[in-house]
Amino acid sequence: MKGTKESQRIYKMVMCGVLTALAMIFSYIESVIRIPLPIPGIKLGVPNIAIITVLYVVGTKEAITVNFIRISLTALLFGNINSFLFSMAGAILSMLTMIILKKINFFSTVGVSVAGGVMHNFGQIIAAAFIMGSSAILYYLPVLIITGTVTGAIIGAVAALVAERVKRQAEKNL
Amino acid sequence: MENKKIKRDAVLVLLCIIISAAVYFIINIYVKKDGAYAVVKVDGEIIRSLELNKNTSVIVHGYQGGSNIIVVDNGQVYMTDADCPDKLCERTGRISRTGESIVCLPHRVVVEIQGNTAERIDSVVQ
Repeated sequence: MKGTKESQRIYKMVMCGVLTALAMIFSYIESVIRIPLPIPGIKLGVPNIAIITVLYVVGTKEAITVNFIRISLTALLFGNINSFLFSMAGAILSMLTMIILKKINFFSTVGVSVAGGVMHNFGQIIAAAFIMGSSAILYYLPVLIITGTVTGAIIGAVAALVAERVKRQAEKNL
Repeated sequence: MENKKIKRDAVLVLLCIIISAAVYFIINIYVKKDGAYAVVKVDGEIIRSLELNKNTSVIVHGYQGGSNIIVVDNGQVYMTDADCPDKLCERTGRISRTGESIVCLPHRVVVEIQGNTAERIDSVVQ
C-alpha cells in the first residue's frame, strides 16, 4: 500500500466502517436463515467474510475491534444477553486462532477460516455447557466441528476472493 | 508456496472431518444407552427429573421468562410449545438415550437423558 500516512489512515478507518456494517448485515442475514439441522449454536459464519477481509487487508488490531463491535451491536439489535455471551466466547477463541495461524503463514485463507469456524463452535458450545450446567451439550461437538469445517472452508474461499479484490482496489486508489 | 498451503488446508479439512466423524460414531455406539430419566435443568440447576416410563407433560419456566412444555411419551421425551424465537428445541424431536439432550439456549433450558443412577434421583426429589 502506497500513499501518504494520512490517506492510509483514512483508508483504514473507512474500510473498518464499511466492513463493520457489512459484517452486521451478514449477522442479520445469518440470523434469518434457518439451518435444517436442530443443533444448538449451528451457524453459517457469513460475517467471518468481513472479519477475514479486515484481518488480511487492514490489520490484526482492526479485525479484533471490528469483530467486537459487530458482536456487541448485533446482540443489541437482534439478539439477547445469551446470544452475546455465546458469540463472544466463540469469537475470542476463533479470533485468537485465526490471528496466530495467519502470523505463522502455514495455511491459506481457507485453512485459517476453517480453524476459525471450528474454534468458534468449540468456544460457543463450551460456554453453553458452562452456563447451562450440562455436559450433555458437549455431545453436539463432533457435528458442530464438521459443520464448522465445511462452512469455514466455503467462507474462507469467498473471503480470499473479497480480500484480494479489496486490496487491488486500494492499491489503485491510494 | 501457495500450492503447499492449499494442500495443508485440505489436510486440515480432512483431519477435522475424519476425527469428528470417528468421535461421533464412538459416542453413538459406546456412550449412548437406553436412558431411565430425563433431567430438566434451568440455568444450570436441576429442577425436575422425569421417569421415562411414565407418560406426562410439564411446563418449565425458563431463565428470565419464557416457557417450554416437555412431554414424556412412551419412553421418549420431546418439547412442544416453546415461546422462544428459534424453536430449535421443538425441532430437535424425540430423545431417549443417555447423553442425548434437548437444548433451548434462549431460555437456558436443557433436558438431558440419564441412565439408572439412584443417588441422582434422591438429590432431585427433595
